[in-house]
Amino acid sequence: MIPPLLMTAAAPLKDYKGHSLLPERDAEQRPVLEIQGLGIDFGGLTAVNDFTITLGPTEISGLIGPNGAGKTTVFNLLTKVYQPTRGTFFLDGKDTAGMNTVQINQAGIARTFQNIRLFDKMTVEENVKIGLHRDIHYGLGGALFHTPSYYKAEKRAHDRALELLDIFDMADFASAPAGSLPYGAQRRLEILRALATGPKVLLLDEPAAGMNPSETSDLMDTIRKIRDTFKICILLIEHDMNLVMGICEGIAVLNFGQIIAKGTPEEIQSNPQVIEAYLGRKKEA
Amino acid sequence: MSILTKFTGKNTNQYRRSAFWSYGVVIAGFILVSAMNSAGMISNSLQGQLVPICAYIAMAVSLNLVVGISGELSLGHAGFMSVGAFTGVIAATLFQSLPFLWVKLLIAIVVGGLFAGLAGVIIGVPVLRLRGDYLAIVTLAFGEIIRNVLNVIYVGLDEKGLQVATSMEGIHLSENGSMILNGPMGATGITKLSTFFAGFLLVLFTLFVVLNLVNSKHGRAIMAMRDNRIAAESVGLSATNFKMTAFVTGAILAGMSGALFALNYSTVAPVKFNFNTSILVLVFVVLGGIGNITGSIISAAVLTILPEALRQFSDYRMLTYAIVLILVMLATNNPQMKMFLSGLSKQVKAVFSKTKVYHRPQRAEEKGGAE
Repeated sequence: MIPPLLMTAAAPLKDYKGHSLLPERDAEQRPVLEIQGLGIDFGGLTAVNDFTITLGPTEISGLIGPNGAGKTTVFNLLTKVYQPTRGTFFLDGKDTAGMNTVQINQAGIARTFQNIRLFDKMTVEENVKIGLHRDIHYGLGGALFHTPSYYKAEKRAHDRALELLDIFDMADFASAPAGSLPYGAQRRLEILRALATGPKVLLLDEPAAGMNPSETSDLMDTIRKIRDTFKICILLIEHDMNLVMGICEGIAVLNFGQIIAKGTPEEIQSNPQVIEAYLGRKKEA
Repeated sequence: MSILTKFTGKNTNQYRRSAFWSYGVVIAGFILVSAMNSAGMISNSLQGQLVPICAYIAMAVSLNLVVGISGELSLGHAGFMSVGAFTGVIAATLFQSLPFLWVKLLIAIVVGGLFAGLAGVIIGVPVLRLRGDYLAIVTLAFGEIIRNVLNVIYVGLDEKGLQVATSMEGIHLSENGSMILNGPMGATGITKLSTFFAGFLLVLFTLFVVLNLVNSKHGRAIMAMRDNRIAAESVGLSATNFKMTAFVTGAILAGMSGALFALNYSTVAPVKFNFNTSILVLVFVVLGGIGNITGSIISAAVLTILPEALRQFSDYRMLTYAIVLILVMLATNNPQMKMFLSGLSKQVKAVFSKTKVYHRPQRAEEKGGAE
């Protein structure tokens, strides 16, 4: 029997059979992200090569691999912090070649950073409101002279920001400076700021780093809740295997810039190449 | 960015709180000076300084928008002031037949602001692609370019209309005509239109615009760009757009204060708006605290009066001025002084707001310092 997660989309825009991690419920739908042979060289070094996966519109999948495998580089390619040397990816069927970081976010990919990049001195609420920026409708005139439309839009933004903060029970800290939050809370705030931009694909770079086991378990529930509420695709990089195996429906394993395995958590756990990449090869007798 | 990031970085909430102080200081200052003036307690030389003080306050606040809030070190702010000054003078001369003084002044200030804004757009497009030190150097160059261009502009007016040329010979006026701009001699024969009250209103307007901008989605985006460009771009904010907003708004406000400044004198030469003036305004901003609007207001007022007040030191005047600057900077950077000031402002706020002041744990308070 073919495992459901390896089924290809019924009508993919490009035929990439065998590259999909789509869960069953997404199989009939158009994939939200089709990454085709993405690669980048830094000078003579190939950091990522032939990265090809397809993600369904409501899928949670994981990108794992040893340190230095190129996971964050993949995120940087997907958000156009780096322009890919080879390959491209389609977001909701649209080619992203030539887009820059700003346009990629506007097209529907939002991310968090491995080393947290919040606006430290601004309040928690303002950080979320910066994510909401394009959802707040008033012009420069409204901003300079505080017209009624300004007050209306700012009130809406305030309510929306608090709604978002409620996802992580952070509404109480709305007026605290973001830099004063504990590490775990800063990570959660970064997720909210990314979410506020209204993405179709959310890229989380080590969301559980620095969290204790109970926080991590809460985070797993929340990531599922975010997926169910916002109906978005989530791709995450994580070293915490409990989290990855617990919530990811499909996993891709990266080593030295190459995908060495793709499949369900069970398949990945028993894949000899993956075990080798993480633990090294057993000396042959 | 380099040196600036360390000092900047207030958030919108802090600006909202300090807005109260900014307006308060300006209104209180105006009432105080007006009262002293009517009581005859203000010397003649100081009376002549009242309008320039207002113009410099508006300059400092608008430069603080560029340097403190947008985080771009601009060294050519006087260039925009000069564009506003000379276009303002031309506008005032063109409309000199209008009945009310304040109408003419208003037109001059608006025209000055618009042309300075135009210059801001033209300069901002290439300059804002640069970062940090490069941006500082190029703004410095543009400030000097504007001054040198104004040095060779001759404008005359007669019944046929305005004549513009790059030399005296290029202008052929009829008998009733008169020159408005005379190249390096600058504007001559200006009818004095500026009043202290108009200056006060311009300062209020500048504050209104800058504080409103800071408390808006545009302001948040500008500050986000300053604090972490990569993160700001990752949430879909384009850097150049918002830096441009701050830069051009700053240029417009500088142009308006330039018009007010020029219409206070009978002659104004382009050399008045050289690099020294840009640095002078930057000193106001730095001394008042980068990003601190109330600080800019106070330091612009004090430092404009100071050289006059130091006249008794005659030859040692500028030396004393420098020493005072150094002492003020030492004092305001002293941690104990900061503690004292923040404690004081908390107590004053508690009296005014009646609501209970929220006390953070001691450690957080020590980090916070003076506002």
